[in-house]
Amino acid sequence: MGLFDYFKASRNTATVARDRLNILIAHERAQADQPSYLPALQQDLLDVIRKYVDIGDDDLKLVIDRDDDCEILELNVTLPEAVT
Amino acid sequence: MARIIVITSGKGGVGKTTTSAAFAMGLARKGLKTVVIDFDVGLRNLDLIMGCERRVVYDLVNVIQGEARLSQALIRDKRADHLYVLPASQTRDKDALSMEGIESIFDELKKTFDYIVCDSPAGIEHGAFMAMYHADEAIVVTNPEISSVRDSDRILGLLASKTKRAAEGLEPVKEHLLLTRYSPERVQMGEMLGVEDVQEILALPLIGVIPESQSVLAASNSGVPVVLDEKSDAGQAYADIVARFLGEEIPYKFIDVQKRGIMSRIFGG
Repeated sequence: MGLFDYFKASRNTATVARDRLNILIAHERAQADQPSYLPALQQDLLDVIRKYVDIGDDDLKLVIDRDDDCEILELNVTLPEAVT
Repeated sequence: MARIIVITSGKGGVGKTTTSAAFAMGLARKGLKTVVIDFDVGLRNLDLIMGCERRVVYDLVNVIQGEARLSQALIRDKRADHLYVLPASQTRDKDALSMEGIESIFDELKKTFDYIVCDSPAGIEHGAFMAMYHADEAIVVTNPEISSVRDSDRILGLLASKTKRAAEGLEPVKEHLLLTRYSPERVQMGEMLGVEDVQEILALPLIGVIPESQSVLAASNSGVPVVLDEKSDAGQAYADIVARFLGEEIPYKFIDVQKRGIMSRIFGG
């Protein structure tokens, strides 16, 4: 390796690739572990809640977490600020 | 008992067929009865890489549909005594591969062969599932390149969930990582993902590394599996992979830059 290669190493694209992949693959594996009914369930819940409160698509978050042998369905709804 | 090995990757053009041909030839040269099957119906190419394209009479789909006997479709390799090629159909639709048809072919092949090597098509469609479904082991061919690594991870997910072993709750498919088109110089320059990077991301045991090599194109040009080119780096790397697969302990070659400076020759590393 020549002297200039050491300077080049600061623009290390392999490291960029590795970091991007690590984030992406962690995300995709988490997605793949989710049951297939989750999107449909999310839509149904949205519809029910919208009967009473006007919320956007992003205001409802539905996640399944696994803790050892226990599965937790986590539902998070952000209600709009009360308009008086 | 015959072992079924699928050569898979998700992404196209990473070296599945080259690997299937070289790996099957390598096994046969160790005296093991081996058959290599092309599952890429409609886009068959294994026959070309094996150099037997002019000897194809019947194919996989003919056998499944009862138009030919298995023994009529198997092409005996002229270079190795124990090697046979089962070509894919070039004209049929890939849905012609039925689960039952494949199963009965495997049942028959298992009686005579030690190893059944399945060359998977790219993608995650029917043909790829048919190739992986019965697998005992999988060689996941990956380039040190971002989209190939991602696709390999996707394939690993499918191997763990959509195979016979997964469906029947048996011991999972044994997976091996094979890195191809590897360039140690570019890794050292920080331009290419290194072996450790890919291994860490995919969390797979490494079966070998094939260096980027001119001999691979030369081999496919002439229809000779590259493992027969014993002088070439890629040929040696494939021979090592076969040996490693069969349980031999062989140090990895072609991972480090070959031409070393005086300093590193003296101090090692």
